[in-house]
Amino acid sequence: MSTPFFESHQLTKDFGGLRAVNELSFHVNEGEIFGLIGPNGSGKTTVFNLINGYYPITSGHIRFQGHTLNGLPTWKICKLGIGRTFQIVKPLRRMTVLENVMTAAFNHTESVARSREKAMEVLDFCGLADRKDESARGLPLGHRKRLEIARALATGPKLLLLDETMAGLTPQEQADGVALIRRIRDSGITVIIVEHIMRVIMSLCDRLLCINYGQRIAEGSPEEVANHPAVIEAYLGKD
Amino acid sequence: MKALRWQVAVIVAASLVFPLVIRSDYYQHVLILALMWVVIGSSWNLLAGYTGQVSFGHAIFFGIGAYTAGICATKAGMSAWWGMILGGPMAALIGFVIGWVCFRLRGPYFALATIAVGEIFRLVAVVWRSFTGGMQGILLMQSFRSKLPYYYLALFLALACIYVIHVLMRSKWGYYFIAIREDQDAAESMGVNAFRYKSLSLIVSAFFTGTTGAFYMNYMAFIDPEVVFSLHHISIMAILVGIIGGVGTLWGPPLGAFIMVLLQEMFRSSFFGLAPRWVSELHVLVFGLLVIFVILYMANGIVGDWGKIQRLWSSKAGGGASAAGKGS
Amino acid sequence: MAVFIQTVVAGILMGGIYALIGIGMTLIMGVMKIINLAHGQLMMVAMYITYVLYEYVHLDPYAALLITMPCLFILGAVLQRSLLNPLIKVESILPENQVLMTVGIGMVLTELARMIFHSDYKSVRPPYTSMSLYAGSIAFNLPMVIAFGIAVLLTIGLFLFLLKTDVGKSVRATAQNKEAALLLGVNAERITIFTYGLGAALVAAAGTLLLPIYYLFPDLGGAFTLKAFVITILGGLGSTVGAIVGGVVLGVSESLGATYISMALKDAVGMVIFLLVLIFLPGGLKRLTKI
Repeated sequence: MSTPFFESHQLTKDFGGLRAVNELSFHVNEGEIFGLIGPNGSGKTTVFNLINGYYPITSGHIRFQGHTLNGLPTWKICKLGIGRTFQIVKPLRRMTVLENVMTAAFNHTESVARSREKAMEVLDFCGLADRKDESARGLPLGHRKRLEIARALATGPKLLLLDETMAGLTPQEQADGVALIRRIRDSGITVIIVEHIMRVIMSLCDRLLCINYGQRIAEGSPEEVANHPAVIEAYLGKD
Repeated sequence: MKALRWQVAVIVAASLVFPLVIRSDYYQHVLILALMWVVIGSSWNLLAGYTGQVSFGHAIFFGIGAYTAGICATKAGMSAWWGMILGGPMAALIGFVIGWVCFRLRGPYFALATIAVGEIFRLVAVVWRSFTGGMQGILLMQSFRSKLPYYYLALFLALACIYVIHVLMRSKWGYYFIAIREDQDAAESMGVNAFRYKSLSLIVSAFFTGTTGAFYMNYMAFIDPEVVFSLHHISIMAILVGIIGGVGTLWGPPLGAFIMVLLQEMFRSSFFGLAPRWVSELHVLVFGLLVIFVILYMANGIVGDWGKIQRLWSSKAGGGASAAGKGS
Repeated sequence: MAVFIQTVVAGILMGGIYALIGIGMTLIMGVMKIINLAHGQLMMVAMYITYVLYEYVHLDPYAALLITMPCLFILGAVLQRSLLNPLIKVESILPENQVLMTVGIGMVLTELARMIFHSDYKSVRPPYTSMSLYAGSIAFNLPMVIAFGIAVLLTIGLFLFLLKTDVGKSVRATAQNKEAALLLGVNAERITIFTYGLGAALVAAAGTLLLPIYYLFPDLGGAFTLKAFVITILGGLGSTVGAIVGGVVLGVSESLGATYISMALKDAVGMVIFLLVLIFLPGGLKRLTKI
């Protein structure tokens, strides 16, 4: 039995008396695009924060390629190969686009030249190369979101966590975003994506997990999950 | 910064020649002070301006360097000049410990912790009389009658400090420092071990400041806790030097150092004797007003806001192209 | 044993004044999210006003409360409005602009005091300051008792204000969640101006109450600003009740330190406590680590 690429086992997170994530278990296969959905406040971003080491885990564990992630600092988790974007993007505002990505590219090198090379590759891949010398501060939203992804990519991840990267984008930008994510997966990177926009989820994901109140409600192919009664109830509410 | 290269060369050349041309002890002294502040201000800027950790306690490192040198002479039977080698590492070590304790605090709380630690060091230096000489301080014999050796030593220190910071900021460290300043959480998610790099920044900053403290001991031949561990005269002065010149720039702190020392001397000497005596009491007041003014209107300092200043100047001539004012 | 109780009592009484200092700073920190490094200096200003009123108008210091508190309220509000509020819009590399500004303000206040009053120690000693009340063999220094009593009254008044009045509730709302408060129609700018004034008024009261049992000199401000921070940290940032606890703890610790270790190191006690809390109570200070 080979070690799973990524798995969460009985993952639990308590904030004081509030249980935000409740014994959540799921696994992700290498090379797939795995979707995490759920109504607002269901705990999706919290799960990302737990994987990423941003919040400490209360109980349960997370394993990635044989490493247990519990208790590891965020930067170490990044070094192990997990990259992440933030829902509210965090550009390094006083740096240029290129410098932003170079900072990420230093993850696996000490050399400025090598980092610049890698950063340019990633910028090309993401379609941001023409804006490389612009200050991150002045970028429009769509490009800031793209920058967020480029930065995560430049860290050389094997698993990429994308947190609502499509929110607020125009339909054209969303289509470009979907294409980019497909390219990312095709280049050998596994993706876990949190998203609200159904169209995007259905077309991109190989498998879906729907949660509510930090608990699993349904897991399976997009069609299975979308038609699951519990999922429908979670989104529309019971009355 | 290529355009700057020949200007830098001119400045360096001028400063090499300066004391041979201006023979006055007083002016040489003022320049030595200014060079000291170039180092302290630039060091502070490395930690605060580039890495975003605003220290209000740089006096700690200055004082440690000074006392290391002094105690070499009074307790270890060595020459105080050994402090120039030992003071920096000593300050860096203490700096590392302070960082280890205080870096978990963010923003203004870190600033406050540095004030508290600074005060503790000052009190310890006062109370531990057997080791530090207490309030009486440490009094040594000056090694050289002429100011020339001190001047060139200070100049060397200043140039070395600027050069090291310049090299660091263009390397991976520099990118990581700024990333931590801009958004520590984002930086961590990119694989930046924030604690490690904050510590590295602090160690370099403390090293240079401590070495300057040791230099001060040798140059002035007298130190006491009130002088070298002073919150206002060292720690806050370092901040002033940084913000007036321009935080987060390479040449801001050096510029700030010269301006602040000049201002300080102007007031101390009552405008070189031209103004009534009581003017000399005013210099801290003026500094306080300066802090207020700069933060309100020129928060990025002269170098940082250079573009803004140029625009203001040329607004009558029809406004127009100003230097990008990008920090180096 | 009697000495011990005496020491503790003195510490608690002092703690009342410290609590006032701490509450003022906590309010300011809570609403404006900044450290007011001019806090002690504001207190110093109030003390000089009290001194002048006593020396030249022969006004009893406790009566002077009615003057110093409003005066400092106005001073605080003006400072906030003209110097601190504008900074919210200033875009600068330096993140601690507001804190630095308070440093500048503190420096200016200290130096102005030095210019006007010079550096010698001043004190105010109305005749009743040497009187003491006795309970058994424990002496309660009268001015300290009065100070404690007034401090308690002011604290209760403040709590009623924060809990019952509209303005008070707005202050608490802004401190808890600025965005939400804005959405609810709170004028955040006015509230910050008001809060800084309120904090200044409280520390003014502390200063006026302190003057009969302490001594006054321009650099007092710096020392007390540090104390104010220690008090606030001890009690847990952002909690006014915590500030009271912190004030009493600091008062008692200093008192014990002065009696059993040494008078000279009294101030160091606060610093050491601060560092110990930093090192050993990271949980209690968790709030500081992710702003």
